[in-house]
Amino acid sequence: MTPRVEIRHVTKRFNRKSGLVERLAERAGLKTPNPVVHALDDVSLSVNNGEVVGIVGESGCGKSTLGRVVAGIIEPSEGDVLYHGKTWQDMSPQQAGHARLAVQMIFQDPSSSLNPRHRVDEIVGAAALRHDKTTRPDLQAYVAEQMRRAGLDPVMSRRFPHQFSGGQRQRIGIARALAVQPDMLICDESVASLDVSIQAQILNLFLDLRRELNLTYMFISHDLAVVEHISDRVAVMYLGRIVEEAAVADLFAHPAHPYTRALLQEIPRLDTTRRQYSAISGEIPSPLAPPSGCHFHPRCPFAMPRCAIERPKLREIGSAHRAACHLND
Amino acid sequence: MSNPMLEVRNLRTEFGSEAGRVTVINDVSFSLERGKILGLVGESGSGKSVTGFSIMGLIDPPGEVTGGEILFNGQDLRQLPEHQMRSLRGNRIAMIFQDPAMTLNPVLRIDTQMIETILAHETVSKSVARDRARDALGMVGIPSPEERLHAYPHQFSGGMRQRVAIAIALLHSPDLLIADEPTTALDVTIQAQILAVVQRLARERGTGLIWITHDLSVVAGLADHVAVMYAGRIVEYGDVGTVINRPRHPYTNGLIGSLPSNNQRGTRLRQIAGSTPAIAQLPQGCAFHPRCTQASDACLIMPPQTEYDGRRLRCFHPVTNGKAT
Repeated sequence: MTPRVEIRHVTKRFNRKSGLVERLAERAGLKTPNPVVHALDDVSLSVNNGEVVGIVGESGCGKSTLGRVVAGIIEPSEGDVLYHGKTWQDMSPQQAGHARLAVQMIFQDPSSSLNPRHRVDEIVGAAALRHDKTTRPDLQAYVAEQMRRAGLDPVMSRRFPHQFSGGQRQRIGIARALAVQPDMLICDESVASLDVSIQAQILNLFLDLRRELNLTYMFISHDLAVVEHISDRVAVMYLGRIVEEAAVADLFAHPAHPYTRALLQEIPRLDTTRRQYSAISGEIPSPLAPPSGCHFHPRCPFAMPRCAIERPKLREIGSAHRAACHLND
Repeated sequence: MSNPMLEVRNLRTEFGSEAGRVTVINDVSFSLERGKILGLVGESGSGKSVTGFSIMGLIDPPGEVTGGEILFNGQDLRQLPEHQMRSLRGNRIAMIFQDPAMTLNPVLRIDTQMIETILAHETVSKSVARDRARDALGMVGIPSPEERLHAYPHQFSGGMRQRVAIAIALLHSPDLLIADEPTTALDVTIQAQILAVVQRLARERGTGLIWITHDLSVVAGLADHVAVMYAGRIVEYGDVGTVINRPRHPYTNGLIGSLPSNNQRGTRLRQIAGSTPAIAQLPQGCAFHPRCTQASDACLIMPPQTEYDGRRLRCFHPVTNGKAT
């Protein structure tokens, strides 16, 4: 079966372009070139139809960049993203337009991703109208349906975003995404800024929508408990690379990469009262200057000389379980 | 038993607004002993931060602490003149914030800021102060503290900056440290490092700690006691194991039940209906009753705080055995 989305050896570099004077200075050896951030470094991952794939990792691991690449907001520097087996270059402009529309993104901060000067019905309806998902006479009913689906009362459709609570604003963002009839949602930290009781409501909404609309999800979060709950499969990222990927039960029961193990150990858990914290040492290195070899080796309790030199390959270590660690050799 | 280091009794803080006076925290009472950690848990707008600021005497107009007592080593902080409060603040009582940028001056080197803090409360030579600053950095786990003293705040990562803020708060070995969501913005592995540091400090130096957070799981691992706040009041307060393992208030019970780790993977989470009420328009009686599955007409009157099953509880219909009665 062709996966919904297949990410093939995607690399994304960010660098600031040097100006003319800077370029001359660089050539004369007076200035070092602007640093390059390797946000994604040879990432391969596929998401099947109807599947929820969780992406976890700490700041700077590239999880948001990965989401944006898949949503088509940014272009990869190298590698391809295939949608139902095709890249955008393979499609006609019209097909590519449909393919882009079918992948929608839900952002972390609903207040900065909604235009404060637009009323809810404009926010939810604009894109749907533009892309002929509805017609002007039907717009009001169409918007009402999207709002109801996202758990909002349509009587509030003439209000502005600031008149809603954080959880309701996140629902507006969801209604807006649903209005263009996507079959895939990319949720980038979509519940991170919500209160615990509201977080549960929004997660339930995602689960309900998945069932009703047969949606595929890429669920990006730093919160392992949330990812564990909602995902079928999980990929763990560290400094631009996927270090481990497996079915959710397998990953949480048998983590193979030392970083995954450390992460699982550090999650504060309700069932361990008055625990002793014994954190893994070290900082998350800057993505501007990632360590050589395995990026995790300076913090890894099992690091060997080889880890500083050779990049471990992400390879199969069990059925549908991939990890990038020399220990598995 | 000796008197607790901090005892807060019936604290009430109000804010003036266009809509009239709003009571942001109401009848809040708890106590803290030396070397113990109290977790103050609540969602946005529950009054947990205002409680911290009220103890620090940092409520600015239009806000005002209008009732209750804050007994710190037996002395009521509300009765102290400002100059005495000032000598306590940063010295015997310190506070750290979610955003360490609130503590650190971006244009001053770390050593300048730390030495200034020491000299504000003590008369020692600069070199003695400098040595103390260096030791404090080492204690919170900053590598090569001698060199890092010369750095500016922007040269530290988020986690390191929070450590510097903690180090500054600890310069005078305060009796009480109030921490307002200090690890919320940090990554999991960095959060665990900070928690390890504060846990050791409380134990080794006898610092009493109030840890303000929305994250029950952090409190479960860290605190000795926990107070759960809702709409300005403490609704459940007791030993951390008692409250977390056997919650009796429907709100605490609902919060714990809604955590993904307490639900079967992939299933709908048990959720609390509705959303937190605006503090200016609180429902009559128990503020949680419109969202509570157990509410009855009795809940239209504010339930008093009572001793119940080894904790203090503010509810007419406590939950028993995971099910509300």
